[in-house]
Amino acid sequence: MSSDASAIQFFSGFQVNDLWFLAEAAGGTLLISAIAISVGTFFGCLFGWALTASRWTSLTLGSVLDVFRSVPLIIQLLLFFNFFPIIGLPIDPFAAGSIVLIFYTSALVAQVARGGIEAVPASMRRASRSLGMTYWQDMRYVVWPVGLRAVLPAWAGVALGVLKDSALVSVLGYLELLRASQILITRTQEPFIILSIVGLFYFALSYPISKTTAKLEQRWQYD
Amino acid sequence: MIELKNVEKKFGDLRVLKGIDLSVKRGEVISIIGASGSGKSTMLYCINALEQIQGGQIVVDGIDVHDKSTNLNELRRHIGMVFQQWNSFPHLTVLENVALAPRLVLGKSKEEARHIAEKQLKHVGLGDKLDVYPTRMSGGQQQRLAIARALAMEPDYMLFDEVTSALDPELVGEVLDTLRLLSDDGMTMIVVTHEISFARDVSDRVAFFHQGVIEEIGPAQQLINDPQKARTQQFLSKVR
Repeated sequence: MSSDASAIQFFSGFQVNDLWFLAEAAGGTLLISAIAISVGTFFGCLFGWALTASRWTSLTLGSVLDVFRSVPLIIQLLLFFNFFPIIGLPIDPFAAGSIVLIFYTSALVAQVARGGIEAVPASMRRASRSLGMTYWQDMRYVVWPVGLRAVLPAWAGVALGVLKDSALVSVLGYLELLRASQILITRTQEPFIILSIVGLFYFALSYPISKTTAKLEQRWQYD
Repeated sequence: MIELKNVEKKFGDLRVLKGIDLSVKRGEVISIIGASGSGKSTMLYCINALEQIQGGQIVVDGIDVHDKSTNLNELRRHIGMVFQQWNSFPHLTVLENVALAPRLVLGKSKEEARHIAEKQLKHVGLGDKLDVYPTRMSGGQQQRLAIARALAMEPDYMLFDEVTSALDPELVGEVLDTLRLLSDDGMTMIVVTHEISFARDVSDRVAFFHQGVIEEIGPAQQLINDPQKARTQQFLSKVR
């Protein structure tokens, strides 16, 4: 009897309280993704500009960014997280995860931004320069808006990808949706319910990104 | 006054301009004709320093264009340019297209810039299109928009680089009419063109370019109707 009771306690079913646990974990996913996407997009735009600025930056920066784009994210995370303790500087999972995701995002966004800048015809830039605009005025008032409109869907793809890839940070022990689901599955042995709920949470986090960009695209149609 | 003195331009090893001498006085309209690749358009790009030169000198109102200390953004205010591709800014309305540079470059207020833009757009016959996006307009209308956009800077000179070459034939007339309008206003213009009759009727002088040199230059009527050089005669007989 007593062994039965302990078994029931160990494998307890899914409870309402677990929803709160998942919501909290969704907050973790949201936080680390929001940091990665916003900071990564900022640096990605800078890097994308640098890729177009000169052949030298294109070669050097381009190959560094290629590393971040090509090495699987999970390997980057594990390498980075375990590197700091070796040199005597322990780093917590959230910081390590954020930094790696920022690099990863900026490497992806850099190519999108480069594409955006190159989507603006050289003749259009000559036209704005011939009006007396400076390089930066041309960048700000012509290249940025025209290029942004061209690559917004591609950027949204990167942002959605990063949101889902942030699940990999779970391997470092950071509490986000995937890790929370694993914890709950172990306890409840009800993977179908839990993974379905987690899927809904991911959808709820993704939906605003795809909806907002779709709306912007519609508003920005040239007519 | 625009003066070109022995101007040399190279793309790598290719000599595109081989010692061009040309001076254009205020109020003058000069047309540049010649085969594709003869250097006509490149010369225009050199005048407002969209292209560098490798020899000689270009002086606009006493300012050496290719001197390192020259403020090009300041210089370009005075030299309007219209291109073969009309290059409308697609994210801005017709009015905003024209008002942008006066606001940014001349520091005009929103109201002033709007006023200037309206005036120039009416001048080129686009007064009813102010709030339309340019991609909704025909090529001819967009090219007139490009002209209004350049005029809004109140330039002293206007450079036209084959502005009708990319247009459907039925749209060429409206753009040439706009150029005539400017000529009547007394604008100083350098017009690179394949429209020989336009060159003859509207310009004061015509220059014939051949392989990076000015083969022949003279009064418009005379050069078109009675060219002296064999190459000019050959070219004109082909295009007519």
